[in-house]
Amino acid sequence: MHISEGVLSAPVLGAGMALAFAGTAVGLKKLKEDKIPRTAVLSAAFFVASLIHVPIGPSSVHLILNGILGLMLGWIAFPAILIALLLQGVLFQFGGITTLGVNTVIMATPAVVCHYLFAGFVHKPKAISYAASFACGFLSVFFSSLVLGTALMFTQESFLAVAWAVVIAHLPVMFIEGLVAIFCVGFLKKVQPELLPKWSAARQQNTLAV
Amino acid sequence: MIEEIFASGHSFIHKIDPRCRLVAATLLCFVIALGQKMPVLWAGLGLSVILVLWARLNLVHVFRRLLVIWGFLLFLWIILPFTYDGDVVRQIGKLGATRQGIGLCTVISIKSNAILLMFIALIATMDFSTLGYALNFFKIPEKLVQLLLLTYRYIFVIEQEYRRLVRAVKLRGFRPGTNMHTYRTYAYLCGMLFVRASARAQRVYNAMKCRGFSGRFICLHEFALSPADKIWTLAALTVTVCLIFMEITL
Repeated sequence: MHISEGVLSAPVLGAGMALAFAGTAVGLKKLKEDKIPRTAVLSAAFFVASLIHVPIGPSSVHLILNGILGLMLGWIAFPAILIALLLQGVLFQFGGITTLGVNTVIMATPAVVCHYLFAGFVHKPKAISYAASFACGFLSVFFSSLVLGTALMFTQESFLAVAWAVVIAHLPVMFIEGLVAIFCVGFLKKVQPELLPKWSAARQQNTLAV
Repeated sequence: MIEEIFASGHSFIHKIDPRCRLVAATLLCFVIALGQKMPVLWAGLGLSVILVLWARLNLVHVFRRLLVIWGFLLFLWIILPFTYDGDVVRQIGKLGATRQGIGLCTVISIKSNAILLMFIALIATMDFSTLGYALNFFKIPEKLVQLLLLTYRYIFVIEQEYRRLVRAVKLRGFRPGTNMHTYRTYAYLCGMLFVRASARAQRVYNAMKCRGFSGRFICLHEFALSPADKIWTLAALTVTVCLIFMEITL
């Protein structure tokens, strides 16, 4: 989800840059030096996964996956998404320099929010875990479209209709992201649960329960 | 395939020091993005077209990149003129297109095209690792530069892995459609990608440690400014100042 260049006003661009700077600073602070290669390879995986086009009716949408990214990386999602956007800019020329800050905030803030909302629930029993995963995938895209809409509204109040259109256009994407999140989290729980957050705490609880 | 289609070239623009291009592109993009006056925007668009031509890029590829944002602009042109308050200039059924709305669409269209072309001409003409080194020179935090270069290094490897997985599901007769099976397959595919990436990350980190990685990247890339670089940068800065001057005085 991007805002093109040349749409937003100076204050909004400035605010986006300041917020992205702050978020990235927190993320980098939390990123231990020995975790850099790991984070980089995972970000690369997310970058590639976001190129997957999923069919929906006659058209197709590409996966965003910022919910799962947030779940796995927490605050580190900020630098990871900043880099992914920069890569998209240089490799495919989606988005560019002036909107880098705003677009990072649009994608990364919901990722961090979803981490804090849902990280505690993914290791719970089936139904709760499914619900949390779906909400994580769905809401991450929903929040992103809201932030995008807000950025448009702060630029010019006449963008209201456009902002609504953006949110509505992303509704199918939200459902798909929710479904993909359920299956993806379920898969990771079976195959490599330590990739998901709070695994050690959940394991301890499980062994105590047994 | 992920490719850097504009990065390899032998034009004058490709030879200019990446740091100079980065500075010039950032300044010019911001001036165009924040400009309000039409002459400034047209000048910006003209300038970026000149730079693209100067970089002797494949114009078909450039055109394809532009098509992506034209889709978004079309979306704006459909909605904005009819929802923007102002003087109605054309009535289509119940909807009236306003002059202000059309004006705003025009401004946005010029700006986004100009900035995209500027970006293609000046930034997309360097490969990503060079960009990383240039950012390193401008004292971007070291961790971020490391993350950037390593991510860039591994997207191609992970993409290979992704292609292998796609080949595997195709061999098993997978046909994507709008159904649960498709979404589940893609979700598992993503999950597998993360699992493999994480295993690879561990191997990469071990290998780096074996070779004495101390948590610091040492930049081996040396930059040197030639007289041509200096003249070009000076010209770019002059143009930027002229655009700002136009913006203020007109």
